[in-house]
Amino acid sequence: MAFRCNVGVRGYVFADLREVMAKASPARSGDTLAGLGAASYEERMAARMVLAELPLKTFLDQALIPYEADEVTRLIVDRHDAAAFAPISHLSVGDFRDWLLLDSTDSIVLAALAPGVTPEMAAAVSKLMRNQDLILVARKCRVITRFRNTIGLPGHLSVRLQPNHPTDDLRGIAASLLDGLFYGAGDAVIGINPASDSLSAMTDLWHMLDEVRTRFDIPTQSCVLTHVTTQIQAIERGAPVDLVFQSIAGTEKTNASFGVSLALLREGREAALSLKRGNLGDNVMYFETGQGSALSAGGHHGVDQQTCEARAYAVAREFKPLLTNTVVGFIGPEYLYDGKQIIRAGLEDHFCGKLLGVPMGCDVCYTNHAEADQDDMDTLMTLLANAGLTFIMGIPGADDIMLNYQSTSFHDALYLRSLLGLKRAPEFDAWLARMGIADDRGHLLDVGRDHRLLRQLPNLEAT
Amino acid sequence: MSDAAAIDESAIDESPTLPASASLVQPNPWENLRRHTAARIALGRVGSSLPTAEVLRLGLAHAQARDAVHDPLDFAALRSELEADGWKPRQVRSQAPNRSAYLLRPDLGRRLNAADLELLPPQPAAGDVATDVATDVATELAIVVADGLSSAAVRQHARPLLAALRASFDTDWANTPVVLVEQGRVAIGDEIGARLGARLVAVLIGERPGLSSPASLGIYLTYAPRPGRMDSERNCISNVRPEGLAYAQAAHKLAYLCRAALRRQLTGVDLKDDSPLLAPPLGSG
Repeated sequence: MAFRCNVGVRGYVFADLREVMAKASPARSGDTLAGLGAASYEERMAARMVLAELPLKTFLDQALIPYEADEVTRLIVDRHDAAAFAPISHLSVGDFRDWLLLDSTDSIVLAALAPGVTPEMAAAVSKLMRNQDLILVARKCRVITRFRNTIGLPGHLSVRLQPNHPTDDLRGIAASLLDGLFYGAGDAVIGINPASDSLSAMTDLWHMLDEVRTRFDIPTQSCVLTHVTTQIQAIERGAPVDLVFQSIAGTEKTNASFGVSLALLREGREAALSLKRGNLGDNVMYFETGQGSALSAGGHHGVDQQTCEARAYAVAREFKPLLTNTVVGFIGPEYLYDGKQIIRAGLEDHFCGKLLGVPMGCDVCYTNHAEADQDDMDTLMTLLANAGLTFIMGIPGADDIMLNYQSTSFHDALYLRSLLGLKRAPEFDAWLARMGIADDRGHLLDVGRDHRLLRQLPNLEAT
Repeated sequence: MSDAAAIDESAIDESPTLPASASLVQPNPWENLRRHTAARIALGRVGSSLPTAEVLRLGLAHAQARDAVHDPLDFAALRSELEADGWKPRQVRSQAPNRSAYLLRPDLGRRLNAADLELLPPQPAAGDVATDVATDVATELAIVVADGLSSAAVRQHARPLLAALRASFDTDWANTPVVLVEQGRVAIGDEIGARLGARLVAVLIGERPGLSSPASLGIYLTYAPRPGRMDSERNCISNVRPEGLAYAQAAHKLAYLCRAALRRQLTGVDLKDDSPLLAPPLGSG
């Protein structure tokens, strides 16, 4: 079914819903690379005007990617909660934006709505929203998760401590880990991207992280970010696996390129649950996503990259993750060209995830071949922290020496706490106070050379 | 492991924290852990923020990485250096006309510029299932050197790596083609290797620069190269630079993979790099 819009003397025709969505999307290099983006500024606005008039129900009647062809579409359709959708079922996409911005649409209303919103509805309304709208509405969404601590409380920001090392050297990892803990980071997760794909090398990492956590009784969780099948194998062999990680995307074909399916993710979750390691809750999954992965894998089905990304959050919420993280600037300039596009994408991803009920964090990041720098990251992290972002990355000096990109640092998290009064997960803040690393208001203390962590951290302890 | 002692016991008796008057910067008493990692640890802080010295250090590293991406490679200089070493390099362009197009359109960097095809006259193909006759005449190995995302990496490491490879691998070096590519991506080696009828193509390419490694070279090896090969059909050796994987180590690995690929007639995920190490890897001891 074609959609039409007249702007002055010009008429625009969009062949189908996918084309309306793609051309309504704010400009980004990935949609241009895919040949999907609007050809002119006016065409983009014409597509937005068409989109604003469309009833939200359109997205229940017309699948962007056919039900028969894609298990993610089947998940979205089969899990849709018509009762939760009822309060907005009469609205157009434009009305939906207005409704979301009402003062009366508060945290309780939005939490009840989440199961009734499909990723396509979230993506559609985001395309009509300015950055300030994405910030204001996301801030109203509450998504709280638990494993060994409580993540996502209002006024809180957590940090993933990412102590990567290019050769997985245990002392090198321990040094970055200690640096992060002394800077008050690590309440979201202590998560290592391993350089090696050897199970025995990774098993050393799991044991090392678990030894640190148990020795100092740290109320947090650990993760080694490798393929889900490797983690299932590690669990079978008795490795102390807290969170099971996997990169996911919004189409079956893209997930297949990552070597995963919904069934495999379910298997991974069940394996993690079987260990019963979380003392506060059973949110055992950690997902990473990012715009552009579907195009990169040739799995986008003519759907724009932002909509594909929002569909990944439907996959995420099915498995009740502790954390989900859009690695927004990692993919490179052919998908998100510069700071402006990365900032916009970060805000869209966070908004769509939160609206769908996903505990969204953001790897606020860029690569050195993108037209971006630390100033752009400062802007994005400040906006996202105001929007109620669940967590950011904490990397020594923002420089990941294993993955070769720039993210956010332990100092960046302190900056956001200082600026906005954001607290860590309460259990973790209490631990920092017990350890003499922070005071009872969460402010860092100066630790001495004889601090317990320095003397007793595994792999670094004095011998 | 003797250097693993993180704490110098004698240091503990000294003042545990430096007085603020000594410096505006609050230092971190774990600077000695820097010997275990190149990560930017123990940076100290001013309030919540990075000290000026580190802001400048990070800014400089980013500037160098940006320059590595955007400085054009001096192909004339590289050619004459390689000729001095006895190679006979040819030079071609991809379809990406400039750096901006290269960054936005990866597809253009994977295809040869039509005007340069005559520099690579077609040779008998080796193919997946080469006949004995074709194998006899086929070029065993073609080498492609592409600027990729770091001109600095190619400028610094291509020449010494090739010299190390010549010492590690036995092939008909006098007739081994070397093709230099402007604005090239890894997959352009498929088209070049196919036109040259090579059984193997090794693409040496500047890797995406990191802050601590603006000049790091990657090597991608593909058996029976032809357009349409997938990344899962290649083997990769990355982080080639003196501070990472040294030239001799990299050449040793590449020679091992070349021999294994020719024997098993494949590259990619089914060909594991089981090469014994020449020496312990850097950073582990």
